[in-house]
Amino acid sequence: MAHAPVVVDVAASPPLEALGAPPPPLVLEHPHTSTGLDSRKLLMWAFLASDCMFFGMLIATYMVYKNRSLDGPLPRETFDVPYTSVSAFVLLLSSLTMVLALAAIQHGHERRMRVWLSATALLGCVFLGGQFYEFTTFYKDGLTLSRNLFGSTFFTLTGFHGTHVFIGVFWLLSLVAQSVRGRLHQEHSLWVEIAGLYWHFVDIVWILIFTLVYLIPD
Amino acid sequence: MAVVSAPLSRVGGMVVAPPTIAEPAYRGLWSWFTTVDHKRIGILYGVSAGTFFVIGGLEALVIRLQLWIPGNTLVSAEMFNALFTMHATTMIFLAIMPLGAAFFNFILPLQIGARDVAFPRLNAFSYWAFILGGIMLNVSFLLGGAPDAGWFGYANLTTRQFSPGPGIDFWMLGLQILGVASIAAALNFFVTILNMRAPGMSLMRMPIFTWMSLITMVLLLLAFPSITVGLILLMFDRFFNTNFYSVPHGGDPILWQHLFWVFGHPEVYILILPGMGIVSEIIPVFSRKPLFGYAVMVYSGIAIGFLAFGVWAHHMFAVGLGAIADAVFASSTMLIAVPTGVKIFNWIGTMFKGSVNFKTPMLWAVGFISMFIIGGLSGIMHASPPADLIQHDTYFIVAHIHYVLIGGSIMALMAGIYYWFPKMSGRMLNETLGKWNFWTFVIFFNVTFMPMHWTGLLGMPRRVYTYGIELGVTELNQLSTIGAIGLGFSVLLFVINLFTSLRYGEIASDDPWDGATLEWSIPSPPPVYNFARIPTVLSRDAWWATKHPERMHLDPIEVTPLAGGPAHGAQLAHDVVATAAPDAAPPVIHMPSPSYWPLLAAVGLSMMATGLLAADSFGPVTIPIFAVAGLLLLIGSIYGWSFEAP
Repeated sequence: MAHAPVVVDVAASPPLEALGAPPPPLVLEHPHTSTGLDSRKLLMWAFLASDCMFFGMLIATYMVYKNRSLDGPLPRETFDVPYTSVSAFVLLLSSLTMVLALAAIQHGHERRMRVWLSATALLGCVFLGGQFYEFTTFYKDGLTLSRNLFGSTFFTLTGFHGTHVFIGVFWLLSLVAQSVRGRLHQEHSLWVEIAGLYWHFVDIVWILIFTLVYLIPD
Repeated sequence: MAVVSAPLSRVGGMVVAPPTIAEPAYRGLWSWFTTVDHKRIGILYGVSAGTFFVIGGLEALVIRLQLWIPGNTLVSAEMFNALFTMHATTMIFLAIMPLGAAFFNFILPLQIGARDVAFPRLNAFSYWAFILGGIMLNVSFLLGGAPDAGWFGYANLTTRQFSPGPGIDFWMLGLQILGVASIAAALNFFVTILNMRAPGMSLMRMPIFTWMSLITMVLLLLAFPSITVGLILLMFDRFFNTNFYSVPHGGDPILWQHLFWVFGHPEVYILILPGMGIVSEIIPVFSRKPLFGYAVMVYSGIAIGFLAFGVWAHHMFAVGLGAIADAVFASSTMLIAVPTGVKIFNWIGTMFKGSVNFKTPMLWAVGFISMFIIGGLSGIMHASPPADLIQHDTYFIVAHIHYVLIGGSIMALMAGIYYWFPKMSGRMLNETLGKWNFWTFVIFFNVTFMPMHWTGLLGMPRRVYTYGIELGVTELNQLSTIGAIGLGFSVLLFVINLFTSLRYGEIASDDPWDGATLEWSIPSPPPVYNFARIPTVLSRDAWWATKHPERMHLDPIEVTPLAGGPAHGAQLAHDVVATAAPDAAPPVIHMPSPSYWPLLAAVGLSMMATGLLAADSFGPVTIPIFAVAGLLLLIGSIYGWSFEAP
């Protein structure tokens, strides 16, 4: 991630002052932005909009090819919905721990934040482990990437979601490492917030995938 | 990072105390590899795009020479396929888009009164990813054959079965990397425009070029994921034996067409909207009048951007999607003519009763309007499915797209180069050569592409390497070829003008055209920090308001003050002087340091793709090796850049 350039124009006394408007407060900690929203946060929102289209197209591809596989295995005989429900629940739970981590750092509790961030990463890992087990099981049942349209679309869609979760776990652990090294304090809570935005987005995408792919198999 | 004292700089036309700049040392070739200065990156984009434009133009010349006589054997059918594929891919992704990016980079931060973009290193990364993707596309000519399935790469022409060679792999991976570069740049400029505006510059006070760029960024962000997914599916089909476009396994090639055109049509507006923005800047300045109907110009731009996502299937009328789909997409396509027409009337309205001065930038801008209207009219013709079915895949379509892409985008970008070259280089382009350049360009452009309307209606299919003498289009084709050679000559004039003016051109003043926007308030070329003091904006056309408050009273809405009091420029200039007290401490400006991490990150990204390319020659073992090595480099670079000093 890039830092916004710190541009501090010390002698800038805006002409507005001369026009009778109250002088704006001098904030050196965060560079001034026109929207008032931090640039890094705005970047993440814009990225998520773009990522929405990415998953939208992958999901659309899955839906277009639903029930068009020429041979098995088919979704109905493949999915173990109770099993995947548990791992979906684990991933949803991780959104809660993410919120708790952000609340902790916003209140200055660095140790508590590390605990909750680690818990979030751990839950993410449990989800990924579950996905790995699921993929290997399906593979043993004969469902491969090239077996049929179901295999191609299913592994591509859920695989890209898993990759997003993996990147998220990596990111959370990097934040924990920064905190351990004493570089992530209350005033940097924005970093946790941005990682949180990404994490919640990945969670929401899974709600969609779980519903459209697993709960409505055909 | 060295702290140096900057030369005297001007704000609001007044000399203020020189600021102390924490300025990175900018010297030598290496500094171009590590630069994060938006102006230098803009120049890099411009020079690269110009080079690719020449390459793409030469490919077009070979195509025209091949079509000089029926049954010509200058190039083989296979080579012809590769030439038209690479011509289109190069012109769209490597010439017009990055030329737009050159203006986003150089001009946009100056227009909004910023010192740099929001994320300077991300900006450098975009450039390096773009250039590496461009190189990857073009080295395919040397490494086992260029892509030859058309720039639209229709499935299942692109699957292993029908394109066994590496050409499609180069195309697909090169485009993926260009996509990453485009998304990164779009994120950056989206945030820059929204967040880095000078105090007082509300959205409806933004220069119109900045507005059109903002819409372009939204289109980029929302359109590129679609081709990304399409290309990922293609990549999986080619390397991992998936079945997305494989008909024997139930796959549907039409899926590719949808994924491609959901991207492809917004892409058309990505190519034209920056041009429309540039023209909307130039026409008011050379008509000595504020832009007519600024707000409507903004809204019509937004309308174009919105409708852009609802028209993609008009590229697919010949597929046979059914009457309902055809009717819906035909209507939405015709609807786009409305905001476009509004823009054209507003440009004419701006010139109406203005004091029009036909300097070269204005010539190109007016040329843009006339040529773009022709392209727009033929566009409305094939918005109608019955007409389109006759014109589809003929040279009529070739004429249309070249009228909107050359007569539209390229001419507008040329106008932009003539307009902003003095700001970028500090020297004027030669007016006489510029006028020769313009008139030869317009004449030969029409000689080349006007006959293609007839060639097409007489039934000559596009993308076929030759034609029969009995079709009766030999003379028309020869006319087009003569025009193409003339067009090449005109571009040569431009290149000569560029290089001689860079060295011997008349020294440009800070504000040679009496411009309206903030970039003309600072020296030419601008100092590293752009603005010694960030200006405060109190109206639209902020720099004109400072110089010609009387002109701004033409339309009272455009000088609405931000917060009480008189809003015109005399007041602004007065305030600037008043606040720059001689005994005040000089402002300290901190500029971002140069960094090599963006370059390394782009190299890492390209390495991941290289593994797939090498797999064609050395077996699949290269895929994981390069993927892991590239990924490590990418991750390492992202970490390096996250943790280095700002």
